[in-house]
Amino acid sequence: MSNAIAQQRGLAAAIWDYMTTVDHKKIAHLYLVSGGLFFLIGGLEAMIIRIQLMKPDNDFISAGLYNEMITMHGTTMIFLAAMPIIFALMNAVVPLQIGARDVAFPFLNSLGFWLFLFGGLLLNVSWFTGGAPDAGWTNYAPLSTTSPGHGIDYYVMGLQISGAGTLIGGINFLVTIINMRAPGMTYMRMPLFTWTSFITSTLILFAFPALTVGLFLMMFDRMFGSAFFDVTAGGNEIIWEHLFWIFGHPEVYILILPLFGAFSDIISTFSKKRLFGYSAMVFATVLIGFLGFMVWAHHMFTVGLGPIANSIFAVSTMAIAVPTGIKIFNWLFTMWGGSIKMSAAMLWTVAFIPSFTIGGMTGVMLASAAADYQYHDTYFVVGHFHYVIVGGVVFGIFAALHYWWPKMFGKVLNEKLGHWAFWPFFIGFHLTFFIQHFLGLMGMPRRYWTYFEGQSLATGNMISTVGAFFMALGTLIFLYNVVYTAIKEPRASADPWDGRTLEWSIPSTPPFYNFKQTPLVRGLDPLWIEKMEGRKGITPAEPLGDIHMPNGSILPFLMSFGLFIAGFGFIYQVDHNAWFIAVAVGMGLTLGSMLTRSLKDDLGYHIHKEDLIEKGEGKE
Amino acid sequence: MIGLMGKLRPVFIFSVLALFLAGCGEENLSALKPKGYGAELLLDLMMISIAIMLFVFVIVMAIYTFVLIRYRRKKGEEDFIPKQTEGNKSLEIIWTVIPILLLLILAVPTVQATFDLADEQPRSEDGSITIEVTGNQYWWHFNYPDQEVSTSQDLYIPTGERVYLDMTSSDVIHSFWVPSIAGKMDTNPGGNENTMYLEAYEEGVYWGHCAELCGPSHSLMDFRVVAVSSEEYDQWISDMQNIDAEATPETASAQDGKAAFENSCMGCHAIGNSPAGVGPNLSNFGNRTKIAGILDYNKENLVDWIMNPDEIKPGNKMQGYNVSEEEAQQIADYLMQLDHTEVTPETVSNSSGEE
Repeated sequence: MSNAIAQQRGLAAAIWDYMTTVDHKKIAHLYLVSGGLFFLIGGLEAMIIRIQLMKPDNDFISAGLYNEMITMHGTTMIFLAAMPIIFALMNAVVPLQIGARDVAFPFLNSLGFWLFLFGGLLLNVSWFTGGAPDAGWTNYAPLSTTSPGHGIDYYVMGLQISGAGTLIGGINFLVTIINMRAPGMTYMRMPLFTWTSFITSTLILFAFPALTVGLFLMMFDRMFGSAFFDVTAGGNEIIWEHLFWIFGHPEVYILILPLFGAFSDIISTFSKKRLFGYSAMVFATVLIGFLGFMVWAHHMFTVGLGPIANSIFAVSTMAIAVPTGIKIFNWLFTMWGGSIKMSAAMLWTVAFIPSFTIGGMTGVMLASAAADYQYHDTYFVVGHFHYVIVGGVVFGIFAALHYWWPKMFGKVLNEKLGHWAFWPFFIGFHLTFFIQHFLGLMGMPRRYWTYFEGQSLATGNMISTVGAFFMALGTLIFLYNVVYTAIKEPRASADPWDGRTLEWSIPSTPPFYNFKQTPLVRGLDPLWIEKMEGRKGITPAEPLGDIHMPNGSILPFLMSFGLFIAGFGFIYQVDHNAWFIAVAVGMGLTLGSMLTRSLKDDLGYHIHKEDLIEKGEGKE
Repeated sequence: MIGLMGKLRPVFIFSVLALFLAGCGEENLSALKPKGYGAELLLDLMMISIAIMLFVFVIVMAIYTFVLIRYRRKKGEEDFIPKQTEGNKSLEIIWTVIPILLLLILAVPTVQATFDLADEQPRSEDGSITIEVTGNQYWWHFNYPDQEVSTSQDLYIPTGERVYLDMTSSDVIHSFWVPSIAGKMDTNPGGNENTMYLEAYEEGVYWGHCAELCGPSHSLMDFRVVAVSSEEYDQWISDMQNIDAEATPETASAQDGKAAFENSCMGCHAIGNSPAGVGPNLSNFGNRTKIAGILDYNKENLVDWIMNPDEIKPGNKMQGYNVSEEEAQQIADYLMQLDHTEVTPETVSNSSGEE
């Protein structure tokens, strides 16, 4: 009995610890678990879509529900699964790679996570309150502004709240990477994952405000009677498309760039070679980030922008293929002459190269503005962006998780199960999406609830659905691997992969202060340099001293929870004024927490030198 | 065919054959079986891009396969430390410059085709045909302003000439797509009017889709383009101009149907020349290819559609108009005898892809 109580207390204490934590490693866990859950929800929605499209004239789900499914699948996968899992990786790895004890603003880091989570929860509550948003993840006006019910309102509020979290997270990583690098870690010595996280954070800083503005205009149109997108009142519905894609296109690079970085680190480690053309890789990343802002209208070739605008955006879009090609060749030549070890992480990486190349090639085909008049809004596009996002981002997430799992959780994911999860997913992925290019050209538009007998689309759709089940199987095996590893596998060493960068110089998992002494970085791949010179660890840059640490805080949770409550108030005040009470309560909680944070000095605490020596010796 | 693309065309014949076997898609629906100028131009453009991309893909895959086989770590090599190369200037220049050249090769015909398809030159002065297209949830209205003819759902055009479309929407954004004749173009509500043209090579009945998510029945917003010879087209126009909306039907049931129609339906549905109304224009309904764009054309389906519109096309605006089963039967009889023209989809020589 008493034992059970103690366990309960232990669990409660652990939950409280995670609710108040400002430690980047624990925030990484939070991001990963919640992003993973949303990934499963989004995957379930995808399976329902594929079952509906399995055969012609199917009515497994109704047309209205189908539109909710596709909207929530896209929105969930992009905003609530891919983004947070990427933030999980950035949180887990970037501070360690640059030799920092935490991010620049630990409190904001926590706030960013809770905002994302409550925004995502708010969006998903819509399933239970009369219908999810149904205007596609792109949410084009006027379909969205005139959509009945509150689904779109949930989309607007949910994305606004979680978008604020993402923006905060992005700024935090910018400042971290600029200010918190260890002595000797110059820009051109940063590992590629840190570089790409840096560029991604810059993209977040410039891209998300466009979404924020668009969502605010949408919010006022739907809830407060404005007419920004209402053509009958002098508005313009095309402005939403521009705002959405000015955000939406960089978002694609926000998602893929960090994983390009992860692939670079993984290829380099498992080929036992320095990254080929490091400075070209950095330059290509910067160029992709820059060009990413100049191409948004290629999503709008059929809107009627005219041949001049279409031609300009076509050519600028094609230009992005050049730096991307540079990256592909640099990866190939990193492996050239290397000693390639086909671990699970490397397997996902190796699979990524041809998959993403196909996605890039269909991307160039889509860039051809006139030809896009045929591709646009068909399954060709669906095939294309799944090749990029699954073949690039999801493969990358799996690779990065296998690679950094020991650093995040102290155990190496079972390699055999890793291979077992890979094959069904990989085969299923190509089965599902390759055929969709042809379905599109054969006349199947995107977001179609059904198609008819006699359109020659049945076989292709059946193949696609079968493939989806293979992908689901692969995902389940990966999940099994996570559980299996947690129970059966032994603790991992500090450096299980013969790594090259700083994160492998400290124990797996790292102590909460990361580095006992700030490391001295003497070149690219600092740990590799030390190993080649016969040293065991990194040379410290400072004598052992007290370490200043931040205190945990429940305030980020409360601020975000306040906005969650206020979100309901904003959504339902249209029906009844009494809901403004919820707005007041929620905003009161948020603003009150902010006031508390401002007025109360929290200087953190120090770990004393003596404690560090004891602990350090205890470990070794 | 113009310029570079014309000259390069024979080069790509083989890739065409290799890639798209005869079974790829349905006649009159697939973009891979072009039956009109736009679709053919775009298929050629696709072929150029596919050829370039395949070239790149083969090179990447050749290096990839070689590297993975040759440099895989073998037993006993665990301690081998490869040479740590930093990079190679000339290699890096090669794989920067060659892609730029390849993209330029693609960019030139892309820009040419983009401007070609944006042609809105001649207009009515020299007798070319302009049709106003209006997208509605979930049907299409076609108005021939110079001829003072309107119809819905089935768009009649002559073969062998460019027919210009002025496109708009009455509610949300739709997109007009006839894959086998031309690419697609959005129809926007408000002032953003778009134009495109259709030029069909062969007579036929071509499948059209809405390609922009427009609500629950987005996937049910199909229409047809009926391409006929120019003589038949002139005939069709003159028949449509001479519709007598007041004509009394022959059978008693249809006469009752006319009365019921005037009572219950005419507020939204016009017969004869009219602007885009709340519901589709029903001129020439006796010669429609489909009911509501999707159902096979027979009386049973028509009655079903009149009685249960929301079950067939969820979210459409024809709801709550309760007519009795008997009235629906009569209305169906009335509508199905509205064959105002001699030119029908059946008279089209090549309607193979239809059923």
